[in-house]
Amino acid sequence: MDFSLTEERRMLADSLRGTLKRGADWSQLAELGVLGALFTEDEGGFGGGGFDIAVVFEELGRAGSTAPILDAGLAGGLLADCCETALVERVIDGTTRPAFAHDEPGNRYDATVRSRASGDTINGAKSMVVSAEVANLLVVSAQDQDGLSLFAVEPGAKGVSLRTVPALSGGQVSEITFDNAPARRIGPSTGAARLIEYRLAAATLALCADALGTMETVKEMTLDYLRTRKQFGRPIGSFQALQHRMADLVIEIEQARSAVINLAGHLGAQPEQRALHVSATKNIVGRTAHLVAEESIQLHGGIAMTESYALGPLARRLIAVDHRFGDEDWHMERFIALRTAS
Amino acid sequence: MDLSYSAEDIAFRDEVRRFLRDKLPPELAQKVRSHTLLSKDNFERWHAILNERGWLAGNWPKAFGGAEWNAVQRHIFEEECALADAPRIIPFGLHMLGPVLMKFGTKAQQDHYLPRILDGTDWWCQGYSEPEAGSDLASLRTTAVRDGDHYVVNGQKTWTTLGQYANKIFCLVRTDSNVKPQAGISFLLIDMDTPGVEIRPIVLIDGTHEVNEVFLTDVRVPVENLVGEENQGWTIAKYLLTHERTNIAGVGFATAGLAALKRIARAERAGGRPLAENPHFAARIARVEMDLMAMATTNLRVIAAAAAGAAPGVESSMLKIKGTQIRQAINDLTRRAVGPWAMAFPSEAVEGTNLSHPGPDYAGPAAPVYLNYRKISIYGGSNEIQRGIIAKTMLGL
Repeated sequence: MDFSLTEERRMLADSLRGTLKRGADWSQLAELGVLGALFTEDEGGFGGGGFDIAVVFEELGRAGSTAPILDAGLAGGLLADCCETALVERVIDGTTRPAFAHDEPGNRYDATVRSRASGDTINGAKSMVVSAEVANLLVVSAQDQDGLSLFAVEPGAKGVSLRTVPALSGGQVSEITFDNAPARRIGPSTGAARLIEYRLAAATLALCADALGTMETVKEMTLDYLRTRKQFGRPIGSFQALQHRMADLVIEIEQARSAVINLAGHLGAQPEQRALHVSATKNIVGRTAHLVAEESIQLHGGIAMTESYALGPLARRLIAVDHRFGDEDWHMERFIALRTAS
Repeated sequence: MDLSYSAEDIAFRDEVRRFLRDKLPPELAQKVRSHTLLSKDNFERWHAILNERGWLAGNWPKAFGGAEWNAVQRHIFEEECALADAPRIIPFGLHMLGPVLMKFGTKAQQDHYLPRILDGTDWWCQGYSEPEAGSDLASLRTTAVRDGDHYVVNGQKTWTTLGQYANKIFCLVRTDSNVKPQAGISFLLIDMDTPGVEIRPIVLIDGTHEVNEVFLTDVRVPVENLVGEENQGWTIAKYLLTHERTNIAGVGFATAGLAALKRIARAERAGGRPLAENPHFAARIARVEMDLMAMATTNLRVIAAAAAGAAPGVESSMLKIKGTQIRQAINDLTRRAVGPWAMAFPSEAVEGTNLSHPGPDYAGPAAPVYLNYRKISIYGGSNEIQRGIIAKTMLGL
């Protein structure tokens, strides 16, 4: 049993932390190998395992980065599954920045794909597509004669329209409509659902690790405030009522860390085993992120309600965790269903 | 034990309902329902409608132009207004300064200021908290130094709600630094257009501008603007707090919020069915509804005691905690109910633009309102301060 990171992963985490602190742009992140770490050697990268993903995203979350790495990794992973070798190479070096357009309006957390493709065109609507606005390639799910399939679509092409607003998590989110938009079918004629399942599991791990990093930063900020803010002539962190709440928070964050480790360690497991861990981890991290957001605001007091204080965007980022890839209840129901079936 | 209202109370409730049906402008109710921040004009219009009916100052004695309602009537009025999505009454003049002037003000102050609160000439805001004096209000540092017929005021106030609409501010200021903190505070009325008063917006994490900072630099305030005696400010502040805490449970707001939540849960679909029929979500709603039913009765127990002449006391701390927990739980469920739509956050805080939310009408406010209402367990004496009051005053710990 060994819960320590490999030397390579620790080095990546350290250099990523340093680079993010200095304020890295997209090409610097790509140069550092952030994207390469999300792909296996066979795919052209140097990582791709659960712990590679966890390490990268914990640092991105810790820094509050809104660089669209998760979306590039998710869509890029599907490109790799579809043997789009040249594109994957460009994703890894940062020149192609893809996003995956999958969820559709009114579906809540169930991904029922109604978009349709025939020949070289696609029609349909996609909802809450994170980072689509900054993507230069869309990987789109749609039904065609073979069932659920994947397509590459240029976001600037005729027939593609984006309606983009800021996202609760930071960054941007778009509603996309395809009206006879040009599309290129990618990948095998069957099995797209299986590919999507795995890549969404990996993306859920990425989101949970990101949340964990964010929670670590929020914990440090809150601790710092408890130590320095004085009321009634003493630091507010000297009040036992606040000490106990902070102690409870730390316990829950450690639980969330273990949940992330569980999922990272089972990302390559059989689909049912993997799904069980996806749901357990997402449920726990969703709950914990919510708790940490609310408690950190309350422990700070009024200052945390202001946009000019740095906690606000991080609290929103934590609240947003539960609104992507299935919320607490959705994953609890899925966990129960999986446990009942096995 | 009788849980029902008297026939008189029911007649009053029906009268309030008729009034709201006839006089509440639908466009104002729509703004309240959609959580749009009301303009100054909106608030003033609603105040004027209430004032015309003699219901603007429900808690004031008739001698001062109020309705002189008892605690049960006030509760009925507040609850019916919340259920009808009426704009809230701005409390600073009506519920805070008004009662203070009646108790501590001079005849001249009463004659001058009270009618101006009723007719809308003055919009008051509250200068209590400071950056270093939040929960520990008595440590406030804004000073007022006597100079002939004036006080010269220097310092900074914060969390000044709707100060951007106000022309007057009532402030707690330090007039004696050589005594224990509570004994050196005075209560001063200041014109916002006096030279040296500067107001700056504070944007909250939901993107709204409700609160402000007020900077006071060599502000000359006539001595006749002192309320009560010099250094009597803490007593006045405590008296004011007992009035601030009317309607602290927010039963009407919670009831309206719960109804809105249920509408959303019926409109959203999860797994091919309305979200309201999802057993987990239904259980979450049921739990908060049961809590609200019990709290409504706790609230009425306190109100009945007050109507029978009991002084408001530690019960308000209990109601504040339970009331904020329930309202925050409802806002939390509303955010959950809109599902992935909460990801879209077209907030001015983030973008400085005025983009609209792409989802259904009910989806846009869910996350911002959830975030905004994290404030209610912080302001007006945080819930931790309230627990301290319960432990000390009620339990003798």
